[in-house]
Amino acid sequence: MRFISNFVRFWYDFIVGDDWVVAVGVVVALAMSALLAHNDIAAWWVMPVAVVLLLMASLWRATAKS
Amino acid sequence: MTTSAVVLVLAAFLASAVEAVEALTVVLAVGVTRGWRSPLIGAAAATLALAAVIAIFGPALALIPLNLLRVVVGTLLLIFGLQWLRKAILRASGYKALRDEAALYEREIAEARVAGTAMRAGMDWHAFTLAFKGVFLEGLEVAFIVLTFGTTQGSIPLAALGAGLALALVAIVGAIVHRPLSRVPENTMKFSVGLMLSTFGIFWSGEGAGVEWPGQDLAILGILVFLTLVSLAFVAGLHRLHVARVAPAAGAVGIGE
Repeated sequence: MRFISNFVRFWYDFIVGDDWVVAVGVVVALAMSALLAHNDIAAWWVMPVAVVLLLMASLWRATAKS
Repeated sequence: MTTSAVVLVLAAFLASAVEAVEALTVVLAVGVTRGWRSPLIGAAAATLALAAVIAIFGPALALIPLNLLRVVVGTLLLIFGLQWLRKAILRASGYKALRDEAALYEREIAEARVAGTAMRAGMDWHAFTLAFKGVFLEGLEVAFIVLTFGTTQGSIPLAALGAGLALALVAIVGAIVHRPLSRVPENTMKFSVGLMLSTFGIFWSGEGAGVEWPGQDLAILGILVFLTLVSLAFVAGLHRLHVARVAPAAGAVGIGE
């Protein structure tokens, strides 16, 4: 049981890291891009803008803690 | 060589160099304190284990449909890249202490000295495990980057070339100096790798999701420049904020003294 929890924790830390909000935000932004693209609406701007906003939010959370 | 191929080799090189320096610090500290045989065997075993991971997952990745692969790999690279970038920005702006390989080396040495020696079958298993863990865990990130970059870009050998050059360079320098490579500008390298991983992550995940990039592959350069400028602006802004927060606190201490 402990092995499984350690295994899950390792991969969570490896992939998601310190801020889960970034991971969730990236998935949401990608879903939004796919939705726009499949409706023939220009979607190229969504990911860059989302990344800047997510980075800003993550940095804000990190600096607020310190 | 195309622009994306150059960026591919460079990203694999820089990411591998950063991780190799960290792994080298562990192996050197264990080797200096407990002898070289067991940690070197541990490091070699970890390298073989990583090669096995690449051999197993490399061909498997090639079987996944390209668009699905781009979405999954792009998303993972982006999340991964933003972690690197976030830490590098916090370090560059003064909010997080810079990694000090010399201090880490001293700490590893102290820990290795305190640990008892469990000799079995002519091997110091504590030294073996420390070296194996250090090399395997740091190498896993390199393997991930090489595999995902290589597969999505259609050239694992090119990504492996970048990684191989970095590992060879760090190993040679490590063997010559026998000290942790504390002069490597690690944060600058991490900053660059974070930018590249995030750039490719945005491009590939978007492409996999059906986004049509203006200028097609040239958009990679556009995203890279945009992210670099934004990240540098974050560093400058946070640095000013940090200085403004620290100065009154330092002043208050001064007045109190």
